[in-house]
Amino acid sequence: MQLIRTLGHNNLMELADKQAPERHLDSKELVDVVVRFAGDSGDGMQLTGSNFTQATALHGNDLSTFPDFPAEIRAPVGATFGVSAFQIYFGAEDVTTAGDELDVLVAMNPAALITNLHNLVEGGLLIVDGGAFTAKNLTKAKYDRNPLEDGSLDGYRVLDIDISKQVLSAVESYDLGHKAALRCKNMWTLGLVLWLFDRDRHTIIDSLKAKFSGNPEIAGANVAALNAGHAYGETAELPAGIHVYKIPKAKVLPGTYRNITGTTALAWGLIAGSELANIDLLFASYPITPASNLLHELANRKQFRVNTFQAEDEIAAVCAAMGASFAGSLGVTSSAGPGIALKAEGMALGVAAELPLVIVNTQRGGPSTGLPTKTEQSDLNMALNGRHGDTPMPVLAAATPADCFEVAIEAVRLAIKYMTPVMLLSDGYLANAAEPWKIPDVDALEAFPVKHFDKPEGFKPSIRDSQTKARVWAKPGTPGLEHRIGGIERSFDTGDISYDPANHQAMTDLRRDKIAGISADIPLQKVCLGNEEASLAVVGWGSTYGAIHQAVKRARKLGLDVSHIHVRYIAPLPSNLGALLGKFDQILVPEMNTGQFVKLLRSEYLVPAESLSKVAGQPFKIGEILAAIQEALADSKGSAGASAVIGENS
Amino acid sequence: MNQPAVKLSLKDFASDQEVRWCPGCGDYAILKTIQKLMPELDRPRENQVFVSGIGCSSRFPYYMNTFGFHTIHGRAPAIATGVKLANEELDVWVITGDGDGFSIGGNHMLHVLRRNVDLQILLFNNEIYGLTKGQYSPTSASGTRSPSSPEGSIDMPLSPCEVALGAGGTFIARSIDTEAKHLSATVKRSHAHRGAAFVEILQNCPIYNDGIFDQVKDKKIAADFRVEVEHGEPLLFGKDKEKAIVLNRESLSLEVVAAAGNEDKILVHDEHNRVLAQLLAAMGGEGFPIAVGVLFSGSKSTFTEDTSAHLESVRKTGAALEDLLHSGHTWTVE
Repeated sequence: MQLIRTLGHNNLMELADKQAPERHLDSKELVDVVVRFAGDSGDGMQLTGSNFTQATALHGNDLSTFPDFPAEIRAPVGATFGVSAFQIYFGAEDVTTAGDELDVLVAMNPAALITNLHNLVEGGLLIVDGGAFTAKNLTKAKYDRNPLEDGSLDGYRVLDIDISKQVLSAVESYDLGHKAALRCKNMWTLGLVLWLFDRDRHTIIDSLKAKFSGNPEIAGANVAALNAGHAYGETAELPAGIHVYKIPKAKVLPGTYRNITGTTALAWGLIAGSELANIDLLFASYPITPASNLLHELANRKQFRVNTFQAEDEIAAVCAAMGASFAGSLGVTSSAGPGIALKAEGMALGVAAELPLVIVNTQRGGPSTGLPTKTEQSDLNMALNGRHGDTPMPVLAAATPADCFEVAIEAVRLAIKYMTPVMLLSDGYLANAAEPWKIPDVDALEAFPVKHFDKPEGFKPSIRDSQTKARVWAKPGTPGLEHRIGGIERSFDTGDISYDPANHQAMTDLRRDKIAGISADIPLQKVCLGNEEASLAVVGWGSTYGAIHQAVKRARKLGLDVSHIHVRYIAPLPSNLGALLGKFDQILVPEMNTGQFVKLLRSEYLVPAESLSKVAGQPFKIGEILAAIQEALADSKGSAGASAVIGENS
Repeated sequence: MNQPAVKLSLKDFASDQEVRWCPGCGDYAILKTIQKLMPELDRPRENQVFVSGIGCSSRFPYYMNTFGFHTIHGRAPAIATGVKLANEELDVWVITGDGDGFSIGGNHMLHVLRRNVDLQILLFNNEIYGLTKGQYSPTSASGTRSPSSPEGSIDMPLSPCEVALGAGGTFIARSIDTEAKHLSATVKRSHAHRGAAFVEILQNCPIYNDGIFDQVKDKKIAADFRVEVEHGEPLLFGKDKEKAIVLNRESLSLEVVAAAGNEDKILVHDEHNRVLAQLLAAMGGEGFPIAVGVLFSGSKSTFTEDTSAHLESVRKTGAALEDLLHSGHTWTVE
C-alpha cells in the first residue's frame, strides 16, 4: 500500500469536475455567490473589491475575500501578467474561503478575461468592458479573434458594455481630463454590481467623499459614475437571465463586526499581546513580500506600546529584536521564507540564551524567490527544524485572517512565559484575505503581566521557574543583577560558560523538555466539525482551514462519515492529538506543500495519514478537497452509496 | 539619577570569570584600562551593557562585572541597537574585532554608524583572525602569509577609520592597546559623545600576528611613527616634535616636512573637519606616521533621541485597544 499519496493538480481538477456544476444564476434568490473583479493593475480593482466587500458586510452576508495581484508593480497596460483581481465569496451561510468557481466575472480588458475565464462556471455571468476590447488590447492578451464576437462565450451570460463610453458621458459635467474621467470606470462597474446584488451605495458614497475630500471634482465624478452604473442596471434592457439577485442575510452571532485581513489581525494581536503582558514591544523587520504590510501596519500604531525598526537586513532585524528582549522589552521580527532562512542563526541564539522572541513567517511560494505574491505552506519543515543544533522552538499556525489576532496573542504569551523564541506561521493568503470578525471584548482578554526579576540576593542568571523551566528575565538597569549571557553553552547551575560534557547533555535535555512541557499549557485538540470518531479525519493546519471546513461540511451533507481537525499548535503538538487520530480509520492531510505536516503526524504517532498536496501558488478549492474525501471514502467499504448520491445530483 | 549610589572602583567591574586570552595578548591591557576607566565615568554599574560578537575580543563581556551579551558573529551592532532602542538610559558598548566588525558584520557596522545609534564601538584591530587560528583578516596587509593564504594574501586591506568616516560616523578615534593613558582618555571621550562613537584600538596578537604595530608602540621609535592628534594643536611628531604634517594644496594630499621653517604651513588639527579626518585616517605608509587620537567628532542628533522624540509625540494622546479594534467601518448584529 502506498501510504503517502500525492495528488497532482490535474488529478484534483478532474475529481473536482465530477462535482455537479450548480446553475446558480437561474434563480432569483441564491444561497451564496462568488464574484471576481479583474482588470489592469491601474484599473482600481482592489478598491472596487474592498468597497463591494464593505457593502456586502453591511448587507448582512457572511463573506471571505482574496486579492490576487501581480508581482510587477507597474506592468505594461493590457498585459496578462499585469492583471489584478479581487475575489469575494458571500452568502447566507458561513463562508470560510474566497470560493472555487466564479459565478460572476468582471473583466475590464481582454487580458483580464483570458486569465480568469477558466474559473467561471458554465452559465455564469460575465461583465466585460467591450470598449477595452480593441485590436491592440486583444493582441496584448494574445487573442487571435475577438472573443466577444466569435461565439466562444456562448455558454455564459454576457453583459458587454462599453463602460468607457458610459463613464465619459456620466462624468462629462465635471472638470476632468479624458484620462482622469476614465479612471472612474471602476466606480461605474461597482455601481452596476451593487445593483446586481441589491447592495446599498450610501456608505461607499460617504467613503468616496471622505477619500477625495481635498478634490471635490474627483469625488463628485466618482459618485456620479457609481450612480450611473447603478442606474444602468435599473434602466437598461439587459439580456435574458440577468437580473437582481437576492442573497438572504447570514445567521451570525450578535455582536459588533468588522472586516479584517490576516495582516491587520496579526498586528493588532501583537499590540494586544504587549498590552496584556504590560510590556513594550519592538518590531524589527526588513521589507519582503508578502510580510511587509505587517511592518507598515505597526509603523502606524506607535501610539500603543509598539516601536518599529526597519533594519538593514533580515539578520539585523532578528538581532535587534533579540537585543530589545535582552533589555526587557519583547522583540518581534517578521519575514517570509527566504528572510526567515537568514534569521536562523539569530533564532538559535535566542534559544541558547533563553530570551523571548516572536518570529512571524508569512509564507510564500518557494524555493528561493519562488512566487513572492503567491501563497504556500512550505516553510513548515524550516519552522520546526531549520536551525543548527538541537534547537526546539514552539511553532503556532493561524487558520483564518481573524484567527491571526488570537494566535499572535498566544505567541506573545508563550514567548514570555517560557523565555523562548516562538515561530508564528501565516501565509500570503491569510495576510491579504479578509473576513468579517466579531470584535472581541478587550476586557475579557486574559492578562499575563510580565514581572522582570529584581532580587539581587543569591541572583544567578540560571535561576528557573520550577514548573515552566523558564529562566529568569533579569534586565539591564536592575541593580545587583549584572550578569553575562551568550551563545556559548552555559552551566545549568551558574549560567557561566561551561564546556562540561554532562552539563551539555543536561542543558540539551532542558531545552527539549521546556518546549515539550508547553503541551500541558495549551488546549487539548478538538474536532472542529463532525464526530470525534469517524471513518475519515481531514487534518489541516494554517490557511487551509476555510476550504477544508466547507469541503467537510458538504461531504457530511452528502452523508459521508468525515470530521475536520485543525491544528494550531504544531510544536509542541496537543497532548491528546495522537489518541484522537487513533479514533479515525483514515486520515487525510491537505496542505500547500509536498507533505510536510503529514510526515510529522506519521513520525510522531505512527498513523497511516495520507497526503493531499497542492503547490500551485493558489489556495485549495473546496471541490478539490471534497473530491479527495469522496475518493478516500469510496475506497472504504460502505461508502459507495455516497458516490452514487453525487451522481444522481449531477 | 544616572549616577552610582556608591563610589565604585576597578574591582567592582571585574567579573569572577578567569580571563582566558593567550599570555601577552593586547586584550589584557585593554580590559584593565576599561575596568579602571569605568568608575571614572560615574555611571551606575547596572546601566553598563557590553555586547559582543564572536572572536577573541568578543570574550570581553564575560570579564566585565556589568550586563553582558556575547552574541553571534558580526551581529553585535544590530543587537546593541535593539538594546538601546528598548532602554536609552543604558550605556551600551559594542566590543568587536576586525573580522567580526568589518568582514562578517560589515553591513551592520555601516548602518549603525550612519544611523548614529548612541553606542561606544570598540574595535580591537589585530589584523588577523585569532580565534580560528590565524587566517588573514579584512585589515591584514596584502601579502600576509597565513594558513588560508600560504603564498601571501592578495586582498587589499580596508582601513576601519576611513570606512567608519565614509559611513557617516560622528565620532572616529584611534588608539593603542598598551597606551593606557591615551586609550583611557580616548574611550572616555567616546563615552561622552552623543551618538555612535567608533574607536579603533591597534591590538597586538602575540601568537598569529606578533609585532605588526611595533613601530607605533616601541617607545624608542614610536615618536617617529605616530602623531597624536589634539583638537586645536599643530600636527607635529618626532622625538623633539621636529616633523610636521602639511597639506599639499595642489594634490590635496598630506606631506611630512621639517617643522622648523614651515611654521605658517603646519596643519592644526580640527576634529570637526571631516575632510581632514579622512586624510588623517588614511595617513600611513613609507615616511608617514599614523594618526592616533580623536580624528573626528561631529554633532548630530542620535537615532535613539529622534526615536524617543517621535514616540513621545505620537503618544501624547493616549490610545485604547478598544478604539483601535472598533476603528473604521463596523456593523452590529442584534
